Amino acid sequence: MDSFLSLFEQYDVAAAFWVNIQLTFWAAIWSLLLGTLLALFRISPIASLQWFGATYVNIFRNTPLTIIIAFGVLALFGQLSVSLSSDFNLNFFRLAILGLSLYHAAFVCEAIRSGVNTVPLGQAEAARAIGLSFLPAARLVILPQAFRGAIAPLGNVLIALTKNSTVAAAGSVAESAGLMKTMIEFRSDMVIPIFFTFAFGFVLIVIPIGLLTTWASKKLAVSR
Amino acid sequence: MSAQQVLFDAPGPKAKRNILIGNIVGVLFIVGLLAWLVTALAGQGQLTAAKWTPFLESRTWQFFLLPGLWDTLRAAGVAIVTSVVLGLLLGIGRLSHFLPIRWLAGVIVEFFRAVPVLLMMIFLWLAIGAASIMRPQDIPFIAVVTALTLYNGSVIAELVRSGVEGLPKGQREAGMAIGMTRGQSLRSIEVPQALTAMLPALVSQFVVILKDSALGYIITYTELLQNARRLGVGEGNLLQALLMAAVIFIIINFALSSLANRLSKLLSFRTAGPARKDPEQKLAAAVPAG
Repeated sequence: MDSFLSLFEQYDVAAAFWVNIQLTFWAAIWSLLLGTLLALFRISPIASLQWFGATYVNIFRNTPLTIIIAFGVLALFGQLSVSLSSDFNLNFFRLAILGLSLYHAAFVCEAIRSGVNTVPLGQAEAARAIGLSFLPAARLVILPQAFRGAIAPLGNVLIALTKNSTVAAAGSVAESAGLMKTMIEFRSDMVIPIFFTFAFGFVLIVIPIGLLTTWASKKLAVSR
Repeated sequence: MSAQQVLFDAPGPKAKRNILIGNIVGVLFIVGLLAWLVTALAGQGQLTAAKWTPFLESRTWQFFLLPGLWDTLRAAGVAIVTSVVLGLLLGIGRLSHFLPIRWLAGVIVEFFRAVPVLLMMIFLWLAIGAASIMRPQDIPFIAVVTALTLYNGSVIAELVRSGVEGLPKGQREAGMAIGMTRGQSLRSIEVPQALTAMLPALVSQFVVILKDSALGYIITYTELLQNARRLGVGEGNLLQALLMAAVIFIIINFALSSLANRLSKLLSFRTAGPARKDPEQKLAAAVPAG
């Protein structure tokens, strides 16, 4: 037990988890912005933008995240010398955020679209019947209901993003999966306690997010 | 009902003109984006023939891409079979009327759904290696398959449960009326129908398994991404090699996704429950770990 505790003095587990939380936070913001834009493209009446949104979603949803993250480090940085910061580690950190955002934007787009699909046809008809044109109808009637319907699927995307932030290990970011590997390699006699420490760390982060979004989606649900 | 019908009326002459203008702007935007990508790549000398011709040589495919693809498909194929088996066991466990079994299955499912697949993969890889119970070259394969099975088995268990819960209760009552036990009714009445209902979501989950097998790259499994990287390092065309690996993944996954879509249309009248691609609460199933 003492030697197990001494591991925590040697390795900063909390700092590694903090990196995952930061990755999740920034990627969540960027993918929400990009995903909302893509969803607007896909539900717009403009065929070329619909095509762009659908193509983006099909490409990024069907590519393994590991390839996208590895592409950031090996191809963007290694071969094209794309650099998002002069600081070596910050550059990898930002490339990982870029990869996570591009990948999850496809899922955010689909979550918001599924929210739009929960709005019954009668709502749009009622909006038109009282004389609202497209933009006011979307802003006042459709989108408020659509976002409420999208909370549960968006929460699921956030949970997946939190877990997927470990894939940044493939992009040379020092985060919790990489630290776990280092710790196990250093103390192979304590494989199981080390794994459960990290596993429960994720359980502690993921389960509250799940409970919170489930609660919010029920609390804010439009009763029909 | 498509989003279109919800949001827009049939366009009149003015709206048609606005849509045309929007389309022109949209096409310009897409062409501009592509032109920018191509000039940026050409400016860096990435479009020269030397970077792409390796993909026309047979040794590239013979020694790198095809063996990599084979290892990817092997890991994904085995993991698909084992996760369906585990998913059925855990799903039936969660529906059991015997409290300890239900509780145990619930804890297993919730735990493995919350832990990142990569974390399990690294743990299994190092733990099996430290225990030295099998040949070192087999360890990455076993670690990839086991980690994928534990995670996706848990997700499939939730699919089974939601499938059974989505059936009309008359199905279960009919089983009880002819004197079946809970287990008999689950095995011969409810789960088979739930399976039909969840088949599209199940195929979507296979896409997740195939994509997540690429995580094996991190634990030195010689799958497609790993071999593409080796090829790229050797030929000095990492960017092109990774793109090629991505394209292969996209083609296979796109075919599987289309199959899922077709199945959900085909099966919607074959079961008492609703056949859905992504049951709304279970969208997490379609959101993959990597």
